[in-house]
Amino acid sequence: MSAIQETVMNNTSRLESCFAELKQQNRPALVSYLTAGDPEAETSRRLLHGLPNAGVDIIELGMPFSDPMADGPAIQKAALRALNNGQTQAKTLEMVRRFREENSTTPIVLMGYYNPIFCYGVDRFLADASSAGVDGLIVVDLPPEHDEELCQPAAQHGIDFIRLATPTTDAKRLPKVLANASGFIYYVSVAGVTGGSAPTPERLESSVAQLRQNTDLPIAVGFGIRTAEQAATIGRYSDAVVVGSALVDCIEHANTPNEAVERVHSLVSELAESVRACREVSEPQVC
Amino acid sequence: MNQPVDLSNSLPDANGLFGRFGGRFVAETLMPLILELQDEYATAKNDPEFQRQLAYFQGDYVGRPSPLYFAERLTEHFGGASIYLKREELNHTGAHKINNCIGQVLLAKQMGKKRIIAETGAGMHGVATATVAARFGLPCVIYMGTTDIERQQTNVFRMKLLGAEIIPVTSGTGTLKDAMNEALRDWVTNVDDTFYIIGTVAGPHPYPAMVRDFQAVIGHETRNQMLEKHGRLPDSLVACVGGGSNAIGLFHPFLDDPDVKMIGVEAGGKGVKSGHHAASLNGGTPGVLHGNRTYLLQNEDGQITDAHSISAGLDYPGIGPEHAWLHEQKRVEYVSATDEEALEAFQVCCRQEGIIPALETAHALAEVAKRAPSLPREHLMVVNLSGRGDKDMMSVAHHLGDKFGVKQL
Repeated sequence: MSAIQETVMNNTSRLESCFAELKQQNRPALVSYLTAGDPEAETSRRLLHGLPNAGVDIIELGMPFSDPMADGPAIQKAALRALNNGQTQAKTLEMVRRFREENSTTPIVLMGYYNPIFCYGVDRFLADASSAGVDGLIVVDLPPEHDEELCQPAAQHGIDFIRLATPTTDAKRLPKVLANASGFIYYVSVAGVTGGSAPTPERLESSVAQLRQNTDLPIAVGFGIRTAEQAATIGRYSDAVVVGSALVDCIEHANTPNEAVERVHSLVSELAESVRACREVSEPQVC
Repeated sequence: MNQPVDLSNSLPDANGLFGRFGGRFVAETLMPLILELQDEYATAKNDPEFQRQLAYFQGDYVGRPSPLYFAERLTEHFGGASIYLKREELNHTGAHKINNCIGQVLLAKQMGKKRIIAETGAGMHGVATATVAARFGLPCVIYMGTTDIERQQTNVFRMKLLGAEIIPVTSGTGTLKDAMNEALRDWVTNVDDTFYIIGTVAGPHPYPAMVRDFQAVIGHETRNQMLEKHGRLPDSLVACVGGGSNAIGLFHPFLDDPDVKMIGVEAGGKGVKSGHHAASLNGGTPGVLHGNRTYLLQNEDGQITDAHSISAGLDYPGIGPEHAWLHEQKRVEYVSATDEEALEAFQVCCRQEGIIPALETAHALAEVAKRAPSLPREHLMVVNLSGRGDKDMMSVAHHLGDKFGVKQL
């Protein structure tokens, strides 16, 4: 029995177990983002089910929304493809439930905007998400000022509420951001939308270091990370690296569903290999 | 003169809530900025120098106060209530929008911002923003949906003349909601130097309260003008509602006067039952979009649906959160007027008063047509003539051109 299986049985959350195990391996987690139902239900299901084998440690699954204000063109288009092909909140939860039938260890974090959850009904959503096997939520438009809406109820259902810290989060703001955070902290590497410009390496490393002084939660870094090389650089000092738009682009540029699945999984494998090796070469030599 | 109780001091609450509506549903990147804006605005509100500058520009640049005009021929035409028009279309740039833009650009200067962005639907807010940006020497970027660019080409040209850069928005239906998404994306990317001038009483707190306060000059003037003319308050107020800034500007100073009836007119498009409309209160449900909780046009899964209106300025699937609250409090009655009713009222206003109203404003006039005839002459009804219709000539020609032997402009 692996360490992960043991801890799950001891009621530790999947996210905690995952980060604990990766700490032992001394490597960061690879977090992938895909929009649920993109490009359509069946391909999306195949994409999702193949992620762990391709090397993903934590799955972020986007709940498509018609007006994704914090997303760049790639994820906007992904949401539209999914919605045009009939994706709903209920279908997204059903995807997670089916995934859990064959995988009980890989954490799944649902990411999206508040309105579809609000319309589904917060209590009903949390109950259904919990029973489907959802581990955490990232809801872009719910800052700590609205914690009573979803963050606090989620905790009662045992679902982590992953908070975003950003380049605009100053020392005054940070305690508020960290107050009810759980699971991990998602550091948004650049002020902007998803899929935008790449972060500046030096500034990013010092921001993560600063964040680490204020929290014991694992720190994931995302926004603008597209290549294995970028992932490796950032993975040396962060606990997780999130790649989204680059994967979603593979779906957009594929000519067939099979090609979409192959391209996404092959990019994931490349990224996975890179994050697995990223700290080996950079260990300082003690003379 | 008795000063009305200023509800702006009670609502929204510290979290920007009007009851369960409003709030600050934005990405964390924007939160520090929004909190800073809230503080800056609170300071400016009580700063005599800021208020002096605001009054100066409202007077000498915008041309306030706008007249409260007795529409004698319109009154005769409908044969009932005495109809007064609050002439916001006489403001510089031709609509009420500039009242708010002047206030916000002064705040932007005070905060040391170097760049102005805005969204626009009909283009009136875009023109007003481009105007104040030119006056204060700030570069200006306007987001506008491609559908709206098509039907509001005169305003697009005006904005360009004023030095603004127009960025066409193709996402969604290419209308106001999509322009607002894109402006929010710009803002989140350029947080350090950019001020976002939101054009209506929507968005995250403090925008709904701040825009309302800047527009409340309409209601304050109306109050004084009516007291001067008749020694009493009006009996009813009528205004069109998209996001709802001209309506809240007129209504707000009267909220604590129970005898003053208020009617907000939403865009009924092809009819609220047809599904092709922009009537969020009459045909929508509560949800969260663009930073606030309010009534929205959406499907049962929380996906925002397309609004429809002949008037680009009302073509928005939401409404300001304070209107949602006033609707549930039943303080304001919200009705709707169809495209056809608005076009009819538009022509009546042209013919009877020699005033070409904006198509947005024509929705308010359509409600006057329904309501005024059965009221007595002593009933004093004020309509917010929120904008002039020059910008709508292409749309109107498209719908009515045949009648005048005009095919296309």
